[in-house]
Amino acid sequence: MLTMENLKAALLSLAILIVLLGAWEWSIEGAIVPTGDQELSEYEQLTGGSGGGSRIPAPSAVISHAITELSDPFYVRGSNDMGIGIQLAHSVGRVFAGYSMALLVAVPLGFVIGMSPLMYKALNPYIQVLRPISPLAWMPLALFIIRDSGASSIFVIFICSIWPILVNTAFGVSAVSKDLRNVARTLELSSLKTAFAVILPAAAPTILTGMRIAIGISWLVIVAAEMLVGGTGIGYYVWNEWNNLDLTSVIFSILMIGVIGMFLDSLLAAATRMVQYDH
Amino acid sequence: MTKPFLYVENLTKKFPGPKGEDELTVFENVSFGIEKNEFVCVIGHSGCGKSTILNVMAGLEQSTDGYVFMDGKEIKGTSLDRGVIFQNHSLLPWKSTLGNVAFAVKAKWPGWSKKKVNEHAMKYIELVGLTGSEHRRPAQLSGGMRQRVGIARAFAIEPKMLLMDEPFGALDALTRGSIQDELLRICSRTNQTVFMITHDVDEAILLSDRILLMTNGPYAQVAESVTVDIPRPRQRETLVKQAGYYETRNHLVDFLVRRSKELQGEYDTGTNETPSHDDDQAPYPRVVAGTRL
Repeated sequence: MLTMENLKAALLSLAILIVLLGAWEWSIEGAIVPTGDQELSEYEQLTGGSGGGSRIPAPSAVISHAITELSDPFYVRGSNDMGIGIQLAHSVGRVFAGYSMALLVAVPLGFVIGMSPLMYKALNPYIQVLRPISPLAWMPLALFIIRDSGASSIFVIFICSIWPILVNTAFGVSAVSKDLRNVARTLELSSLKTAFAVILPAAAPTILTGMRIAIGISWLVIVAAEMLVGGTGIGYYVWNEWNNLDLTSVIFSILMIGVIGMFLDSLLAAATRMVQYDH
Repeated sequence: MTKPFLYVENLTKKFPGPKGEDELTVFENVSFGIEKNEFVCVIGHSGCGKSTILNVMAGLEQSTDGYVFMDGKEIKGTSLDRGVIFQNHSLLPWKSTLGNVAFAVKAKWPGWSKKKVNEHAMKYIELVGLTGSEHRRPAQLSGGMRQRVGIARAFAIEPKMLLMDEPFGALDALTRGSIQDELLRICSRTNQTVFMITHDVDEAILLSDRILLMTNGPYAQVAESVTVDIPRPRQRETLVKQAGYYETRNHLVDFLVRRSKELQGEYDTGTNETPSHDDDQAPYPRVVAGTRL
């Protein structure tokens, strides 16, 4: 019964896709393109005669472009002409660098905050002030201090992923039931053993939820950060193709951002399932 | 007079009151002893500090005054010599039955090989009748089975003293009955020394050698110690037909319904040792069936 439902859902998804792509394709083909024998309005003259017609590329053009790009994703022909794979790899690499650093700082710190009400009270004001800051607002400061655009992007990823992980770790750790702590105490476990064998596994699902939120935010932020600092990466690529007025590439890379984002999220979802437990 | 295996003397617990108010004395000058291989239950109304006494005995909480000695040593913190079974099963939900029991075994004997740990754990899983469910997680077990895992875990570390805080309070009556039978059987086999909190009069009579009765809090006291003279092995089905059952039961119920309130705060002179240890000074009527110590 469930497989039947899955099949129906898949068919419906496919139908929606065909209708959307069809409407998109038709709207472009059916657009009124001004012909030569008509007088051009002043606006049309200024914009090169494009008139009201859409210049957005047709889905067929995007698909054929995607096939070309994906058949050779890792080419390098100069600093402004690299394959989509290279650009995505740069972005993913930065996300992983910043994200791992955030993990190394946020999990232990969150643990301390979760275990100690004193530390929670002392650090909470800083967290509350720093957390709402847009990660990109750090960019000028990062560029000034680090003096490297790539490293500054990594820093921005670090600063944006640290908060969800920190807050979730602290919450997860402080929510570990007193009974489990008492079990650890009656078994005379050392603090270290208690932390790793009882508190960490108990808080792991909450920590992983924070990590999943953080990877999502990181992937959102890296595109904007790369648009800002340029050089390499998928964000830069989108902006560069916009400057080239190559909308086919822009649409293609938007889709690729979505696909990679989904992939990163599913990685963390799988990791969450591994540590998940029922009560 | 030789001291019992475990003894509690003049135990007092005060909690700081709300701002500007006096501190709250939950219980005061509580003294009693437990002999080796004895099964002692404590009954009292909610709020009389039973759980606090148990937690102090476990080393999980500090008393305001007084002390607890076990085996000639004062209890200052938790110890693997004392196993604790909590009211809710308190199993690690991400570990299997075997994993939970083995976790405790490893804590007690860190030097043991994995094989030896598992064999030892399996022995106690078998004891509580959970063979076949050793790879299931707590979420996949019924409430009664979870509490059995808790029992297996506590027995597996072979503690000198087992402390149980209303272990069957959260179970339905039928499950509770079968686990009581199980506990009765295990205790008769292992001669485990047990201190147990319960609200269930019948449970106390079925399991105990001696029942401590506490007056209501605040200023709660251990007012009486009732010896249950019903011979072992006991059977739940025939228990009610045993001589002395109804007298003991009536006495306990009468205490809980009426006298626990009347006697509240009666011994707060601070000088009385266990009022129940000495018949001559007893300010309350003699126990009929259960001989008082």
